[in-house]
Formats: sequence, C-alpha cells, structure tokens
Amino acid sequence: MDSTDQLRETSRRIRKHLVRMHRRGSHFGSAMSIADILTVLFFRVMNIPSPGDPDRDRFILSKGHAASALYATLATKKFFDESVLERYLHDGECLYGHPVAKSLPGVEVSSGSLGHGLAIGVGLALAAKNDGKSYRVFVLMGDGEIQEGSVWETAILADRLRLDNLIAIIDANNLQGFDRVENIQPISTFRRKWEAFGWGVEEVDGHDHAALLEAFGRVPFRPGAPSVIVARTVKGKGVAEMEGRFESHYLSVPADRVEDWLREIDEKS
Amino acid sequence: MRRAFIKAVTRLAEEREDVYLLTGDAGFTILEDFRARFPDRYYNIGIAEAAMVGTAAGLALAGKQVFVYTIAPFATMRCFEQVRVDLCYQKLPVKLVGVGQGVTYGSAGATHHAIEDIGVMRVLPGMTVICPGDPREMAETVRRSISLEGPCYIRLGKSGEPVIHQKEGIDFSIGRGIVLERGERVALIATGNMLPEAVKTAAALKKKGFQPEVISMHTVKPIDAELIEETAGRCALIATLEEHNLIGGLGDAVGGVILEKNLPARLVKFGIPDAYAATAGCQDYLRECFGLGVGQMTEKLLGVLSED
Repeated sequence: MDSTDQLRETSRRIRKHLVRMHRRGSHFGSAMSIADILTVLFFRVMNIPSPGDPDRDRFILSKGHAASALYATLATKKFFDESVLERYLHDGECLYGHPVAKSLPGVEVSSGSLGHGLAIGVGLALAAKNDGKSYRVFVLMGDGEIQEGSVWETAILADRLRLDNLIAIIDANNLQGFDRVENIQPISTFRRKWEAFGWGVEEVDGHDHAALLEAFGRVPFRPGAPSVIVARTVKGKGVAEMEGRFESHYLSVPADRVEDWLREIDEKS
Repeated sequence: MRRAFIKAVTRLAEEREDVYLLTGDAGFTILEDFRARFPDRYYNIGIAEAAMVGTAAGLALAGKQVFVYTIAPFATMRCFEQVRVDLCYQKLPVKLVGVGQGVTYGSAGATHHAIEDIGVMRVLPGMTVICPGDPREMAETVRRSISLEGPCYIRLGKSGEPVIHQKEGIDFSIGRGIVLERGERVALIATGNMLPEAVKTAAALKKKGFQPEVISMHTVKPIDAELIEETAGRCALIATLEEHNLIGGLGDAVGGVILEKNLPARLVKFGIPDAYAATAGCQDYLRECFGLGVGQMTEKLLGVLSED
C-alpha cells in the first residue's frame, strides 16, 4: 500500500466505527463529514508522539457535536483501545455526545457550544509562541458554526497576534440544523471574509486526502498570519443514502442498515 | 481597590513567569505599569469579551495563571457562556476580575452597574466568588487565588476605597469570613464594598447601646457556613449587606445556610431590590435610593431590634 492507500484504509476504519457507534445518538452525518480531515490530521499532519507530550500539536474539535469522529480517530490511532468505542453515549461512561477535556487520551478541550474553540486555540497558540515552543494548534469548526460572533472576534485577534501556528479548518458541508447553510446565512464569500480578516485561506475538497495533505503542507499560507482551510465536504460522506442530507444531523443508524453500510464503506475505494 | 489589585498582580508576575493579564480595553491609568514591565504577558484583547475568555482558557490549558480584567457586567455577563464552558466546565484556574461592583459607576447607568454578577457567577459549578472588602483583602485575594484549582470571580470597585483592616497580615483565606468585631444580638455580614458601610452602621448601632458583630464575608461562594452557624449562636438577628440584587447574592447565600442548618436567627437582607437604577446618580445617591444608606440601614435594624 502506498501512503494514500493507507490513509484511505484508515478513514474507512474510522467510518466503520462511526456506523457501529451511531446506532445511538445523533450527528452521524456531522461525524462522517470530517472523517477524512481527521485521518489526514492525525495520521500525517500533526505531530503527537503521545497524548501527554508537552510539545505535541494540539487539536480542538470546536464543532463538538462530531465527538464520535474524534473518539473513533483517537482509538484508531491507538491512544486507547478500540473496544472503548462500544461505550459511546452509554450511562456512566466518558464518551459524551460532545467531548470533555481529558475524558480520554487525546481529547484536549471541552466543546459542544459552538464558537468557542477558535479562541481557546488562540490562547494555546499564543502560549506556544511566548514559550518558544514549536507546536501548532488546529481548530476544526463547522460552516454553520462560524455564524457565531465569537468566531469573528477571535478572527480579528488571531490576525493581530500574528499567530501563524494557528490553523483553522472549516468543515464546509453546507448543511446545518434546518437547511442548507446558504439558505440560512449565506456563506458564499468564505474566502473573501477570512482574507479580509487577515487570514491566509485555501479551499480544498475535504474528502481528497492528497489535496488535504498538500494544503496542510503549505501552511502558513501567508507569512506571519493564521491560516484557514475551507474543506468542502459532504455531510454523511461514505454512506450514499445519508450523503448530503441534513436529516443525517439527527438520525441514528438503523440497526437493520448497519451491515449494509459497513459493506458499502468497505467496497468504496 | 484597583490599585491594590494591580499592585498584587504585579508582585505575582515578578515572582512567577506564568502570570498573564488580559484586559478587554479597560484599566486606563491602572494597567500601564504592568504593560511596560511584562509586555509578553499583558494583552489588551480589545472589546471582545468572548474571545478574551476563550483565549484565557487556552493560556490556562498551556499552564498559565491568567487574570482577565474588565468592567464587571462585561466580564461576567457578556461572555457568560465562555465562562461557563471554557472555564467552569473545564475547571481551569482563570481569575475573572470585574471592576465596578454594584453601582460604583453611578451615573453611567445600569449598563455599567453590576448588580447580578454575584448571582450569575454563584450558580456556576466550581466557580469561587470573592468580593474583597478592602485593599488589604484585595491583595490577599490575588495572592491566594493562584492556589485555587478552578476558576474564580474577583469583584472589585474602583479606586479610593478605605482600608478597613488596620493592621497588615490579616488572617485571610478564601472561603473563610473574617470577624472584625465580635458582638451579640445583631450581626452585620457584609461583602465587597459594603464592608465600610457595615462598619459605619455598627458604629451607629453602638451609639444606641448595641454591640453588633461585624463580619467581612469576602467569599460568597463557597459560603462560610461554619462562621454563620457560630454567629447565629450569638446573634438572633443577622443582617447581610451587599451592593447587589437582593436575589441571588450574599443574602440568599447566608439565608440558605440559616434554613439548611435550622439556625435560630432572623435574616434582614440589605441590597438592591430587584431593580435597575431609575435615574442617574452617584454611588451614594443610588445607595440611598435602594435603602443602602448607613442611616437607612441603622433605622431599619433598630426597628427590627425593637420588635424583640
């Protein structure tokens, strides 16, 4: 297997975990949407020798409702046993529907309320700069999430602080709670908005591992400036009958579809 | 109080390299010296409280001791949810510092008054709420806040508050009230900038032959239940004094202890009667409007005492 074959195999594994986990709970589509981004980040881009390494790159899942994808990635990365995933959303367990800092190895920040992660990322990135550390901070947000005002407060701040060690990724699947994002708050000017706020911006296909790798390899896109990657994605990616449907934000995986969907993921290249 | 605060934070920053100070563009004439001495640990985040608290959380995750300074309503309510999720839920030891407690900002109007801040901070799990009663308590609060494991809210006034504790080296610890004067029959429990008013009210009651107990309850959460129980053993009348809404503040915290422990004490709460200032007015004027004048409180207490 070459490098991208391995990544494809990894993201298939993560997606299959998600199908099994999401027999409970909602946000299946939100999690499937980011599986490729997480694969590329955790298995190629980020430097995390161990979850407790003080110099590790930091990852913040600001769109906390996709927690399952983070858990599945961390387990696939062997930060904890994959069998732990079976306890997703179970009573008395720590696999919450939205991540809680330090609940599992590799979970850095508590999130779930949208619009919080980027500012926390600024604090971490600022500390890295001041402490002379080389770690980078990656913050994954949803495209609906950036309707939050706090994101733009922080966008101004990160530019002013010249945090070129801060990389935001927008999971732009164009679906939010009620409808397509563009029908609720138009986002067609993503690039121009972020550029106007001083950030370096690139848009990529968020399911194309090679394209993601290439983009991450070029950050910071502008010297001395924070970077944002607008990853164009498909909600529910990997299971045809869920793809591009905003209902996948809410639906659990029906018990009688699990085997079919697992097979579908395996058969896709 | 602001000067006592910045002096104490500056001293801490001299001793420890992990001390940071963030401001939401407040503190003109107060923070400049700190900025000049610690340019890498001072950030004026701008008028962006949500971003400021989130940034503080990130710094704290990286092991920093962060003080976040701005005007009290903006420090607590503008970014309430960042305080809740980023600080409390994550149990991060960020010190939120609110300037302008109660109606300190007088004629500025109720946008700048902090009359709900104690209440909204108290209900947050894991949040410690401290309202130092004088500059000496302020200095101690800053110094000791470093050893708290979770977040705290420090409520301060502006400048020129009197020193109440005449000697240095006061017996101060977070969560323990300070008995300034032991007394009997009536106790005045004050928090924050009402401590001087409690002392004055006690003096007025003394002139009428009473021997009031005076307590500085600088920490409203966790409330010092043990001290309240002890005081209720001496004083059948307990009065609470706070420049805060009567709902949700010190009075309710003390009242809760009295009820829960079934203490034999009557509670009189002095505070702001669930209303915003109806007119412009300086702090003293507004206090009178809310029944917080020393004469008004003395009269009310004498009335209650005469009922016995």
